Amino acid sequence: MTRVPESEWPLFEVFIRARSGLEHKHVGSVHAADARQAIEHARDVYTRRQEGVSIWVVRSSDITASDPSDAEALFEPAKDKVYRHPTFYAIPEEVKNL
Amino acid sequence: MSDARLQYVLRLADTSLVLGQRLAEWVGHAPALEEDLGLANVSLDLIGQARLLLTYAGEIEGRGRTEDDLAMSRDQSDYLNLAMAEQPNGDFACTIVRQFLIDAFQLELYEALQQSKDARLAEIAAKALKETRYHVRYSASWMVRLGDGTEESHRRTQEALNNLWRYTQEFFAADAVDEEMARAGIAPVLAELAPRWSARVDEVLREATLQRPVDTPYSWHGKRGDHTEHLGYLLAEMQFLHRAYPGATW
Repeated sequence: MTRVPESEWPLFEVFIRARSGLEHKHVGSVHAADARQAIEHARDVYTRRQEGVSIWVVRSSDITASDPSDAEALFEPAKDKVYRHPTFYAIPEEVKNL
Repeated sequence: MSDARLQYVLRLADTSLVLGQRLAEWVGHAPALEEDLGLANVSLDLIGQARLLLTYAGEIEGRGRTEDDLAMSRDQSDYLNLAMAEQPNGDFACTIVRQFLIDAFQLELYEALQQSKDARLAEIAAKALKETRYHVRYSASWMVRLGDGTEESHRRTQEALNNLWRYTQEFFAADAVDEEMARAGIAPVLAELAPRWSARVDEVLREATLQRPVDTPYSWHGKRGDHTEHLGYLLAEMQFLHRAYPGATW
């Protein structure tokens, strides 16, 4: 893990829920001294146009990411398994956010 | 009566407008992109409040002046904002201290104004109160970060507090306009807001490890149009375009 110099705020990833019932979606990141301030910064940077009703923040350094060089091994095997897509039945009209 | 009401509404409007203009000066200059947007958001809230209030003031006055006329065509001595609002941005600590002291005042004021017998004012106050709750949260948390931060941030914040404290007296110094509005049930009795403001300020200062300065006997009278030397420059910049190109629109 790279150490953040003391003079710089650590990075936080920001997740916003657009409406009740929807999931939080990653929208970007902010720098902040701590989680509380990260929420304020996220509010000021990412919800200026009523984009959300709830905010999550998480320190970027706490995220474990997959290695791009593993992409082939991780994702290629799913390629020829179209039967996993739920496209073989009709979705009722009442179901909105699927 | 309507003259006192006009003056009262202008005081509220001008305090928000002038402070909003001050904060807008930070745009592009704040210490971090996130703060740039944060300060701009507060600025836009304040200017939004000023717009509603100035529109209302124009209606009370009854001479057909719009929010723009009142904002852009009045001179310094016609501006009735609290002297605190016009104080220069200085460093970030200075901006935050000014903001916190006014936010904490507007919080009490708008909360009380929600009960105003003037329905229009009560309505504007209810909207402004929601914004102000966030403003206090923002400025109070910065007070604590700066006061209880590094040696330098503590020193600068205490200095700003010492320099700006003298302008807080005006918040609660009621004059004939305030008294008439309070009697009519339109505005709160200012002295009654003081203890709650004071308690909130003390609580934040304690957490921020800052010393509350002693009160000075002299009160400024920005709300009567007697301003410090800073307002003229602010208005010159804000009003330049309108005065050079009267009636210019987007």
